[in-house]
Amino acid sequence: MPKPTLATCSLAGCFGCHMSLLDIDERILELVELFDLDRSPLDDKKVFDSIVDVGFVEGGCANEHNVQTLGEFRAHCKVLIAVGACAINGGVPALRNAFSLRECLEATYVGDTPDADHRIPFDADLPLLLDRVYPAHEIVKIDYFLPGCPPSADTIWEGLKELLAGRTPGLPYQLLKYD
Amino acid sequence: MIEARKIVVDPVSRVEGHGKVTIRLNADGSVGETRFLVVEFRGFERFIRGRPYWEVAMIVQRLCGICPVSHHLCAAKAMDKIAGVDRLTVAADKVRRIMHYGQVLQSNAVHFFHLASPDLLFGFEGPVEKRNFVGTIENYPEVAKWAIFVRKFGQSVIKAVGGKKIHPSLAVPGGVNKNLSIAERDALRIDADRVVAWCGDALELCKRLIREDAARLEAFGTFESSYVSLVRADGAMDLYDGGLRAIGSDGATIFDGVTPETYDDVIGDEVRPWSFMKFPYIRSLGKEQGWFRVGPLAQVNCCDFIDTPLAEEARLDFKRPGGGKPIHATLYQHWARVICMLHAAEKVKELLYDDDLQGEDLVISGERRPEGAAWIEAPRGVLYHRYRVDGDDLVTNAKLAVATTNNNEAINRSVNKVAIDYLTGHEITDVLLNNIEVAVRAYDPCLSCATHALGDMPLLVTLEAPDGAIVATRARG
Repeated sequence: MPKPTLATCSLAGCFGCHMSLLDIDERILELVELFDLDRSPLDDKKVFDSIVDVGFVEGGCANEHNVQTLGEFRAHCKVLIAVGACAINGGVPALRNAFSLRECLEATYVGDTPDADHRIPFDADLPLLLDRVYPAHEIVKIDYFLPGCPPSADTIWEGLKELLAGRTPGLPYQLLKYD
Repeated sequence: MIEARKIVVDPVSRVEGHGKVTIRLNADGSVGETRFLVVEFRGFERFIRGRPYWEVAMIVQRLCGICPVSHHLCAAKAMDKIAGVDRLTVAADKVRRIMHYGQVLQSNAVHFFHLASPDLLFGFEGPVEKRNFVGTIENYPEVAKWAIFVRKFGQSVIKAVGGKKIHPSLAVPGGVNKNLSIAERDALRIDADRVVAWCGDALELCKRLIREDAARLEAFGTFESSYVSLVRADGAMDLYDGGLRAIGSDGATIFDGVTPETYDDVIGDEVRPWSFMKFPYIRSLGKEQGWFRVGPLAQVNCCDFIDTPLAEEARLDFKRPGGGKPIHATLYQHWARVICMLHAAEKVKELLYDDDLQGEDLVISGERRPEGAAWIEAPRGVLYHRYRVDGDDLVTNAKLAVATTNNNEAINRSVNKVAIDYLTGHEITDVLLNNIEVAVRAYDPCLSCATHALGDMPLLVTLEAPDGAIVATRARG
């Protein structure tokens, strides 16, 4: 029987949830026994060519590219998990929601520099930024949420193992931390 | 008929964060402009305004989950100055240092082992399904073991002093909130020797892989450049603090001993409309000539010596072919990275046998100042933060210049060189795609960091006609 498959992506996050996945340390050896890694920034598979069992989504949506990737994950993953604070409620990137996008761009590219010729980047090669940062569940249906910034390696590991066993992950209180 | 076209690599994978590559072809089929773009934007510079200054070290580390400690400590160092502290207590300084060396160790391990080494182990043209860390686990279990346990050890150092492996809490303005306890120290001591030995084994492996294909690897995406890194007052490599030194491609000093307060005097940056990542340059050389490289290659090229024995021996061996001149080979950044990883392991071990880390005098304060600037050598190169804070303790202004941003022009140039060397006709071949990614990956670009104002590089190639119409696309995977 083929192994179940796992796909991962990092949208408007910091990659910390992926790093926390690596923090399962020697259990990585078990993980690759349990799952085949499908599309993921950890390998060179960049597009879906089949239906995947579990999708691991880090980060919310800050630009049109994030929305497109999240839509592809929803369309190809039987179960989609929003992992970490940014996927669940926008996280630190969503702090920009209190300000206009223009203000944020100006603070980064125009303000506080002795160089007078600075301007906001614009180019067809750059994806359009969204007016604000959206959590994953406001864009597509999400099946499960793993909280934490990032969720600890133990939390991610227990969550994945429970899903694999066909159970709704009922994580003990000690594994649910929100910072 | 031949038309001008554009090739897009999106996203570039096995780098940390989100970016893409475009190659514009001229009408005669030759390579025109190439671009390595950062496609994400976060806006930290704006939303950090109005936050209390003591909160900043906790927020800005969320720029990057790969090297959060670098941002955490760099912000804290800037906030030390706001708090009127120029010199921390010995205990606080050393506790921060052990956390930083733990970070350099784990981050360099992730990049070398998990992300980059599959290219060297399986070959750039190796089968795509193998050329990743799972392939390493299945085919090179010994290397996978080093990867897992070196990273685990570095992360354990961070957790011991910061409470968590990712996004820890340790530094506060003027010091740290805890020391390294005897129990934590003793637990880490158990593995310290083994980790140093495994880093030494990784160095031998890296050297062997590079020497097997030296002629090709040395020329791959390579050009001469200037280098910038922090150096201790006596010329030693210092990844936590020091003066800024810039050297030219011949090794001659451009500037030295610069302090963070005068950063704007020596380094300028240019914004180009097509990328969210800025282009820094050495002001005295101007925008055209002033670009430079940072990161392990700069860290090893700029210093006069390394103050730990195994890494110093490795540095001498690395630099021997240059006869005292800098080493410029783009892919040798992996080799330099392993030298820095070994140095960090030696430093952690040294600090585990230093009783100052159990000191109790952890926080001091002085006369409040309105502005604080600081830098640190993140694993990917020099990182700079500057903040202004008002009388109510709220941040009014922030500038963040991350390591990957400093390498922006160099990454673009490496992509350009690889495109010229490997692109023939209009075929978007796998070899071309792989080689572009290998060149980008050599810089270990942390697009998460660069997105702050950046983050995920998977690979899609688009051919575009002169009028912008897409002629063909091809994705790998």
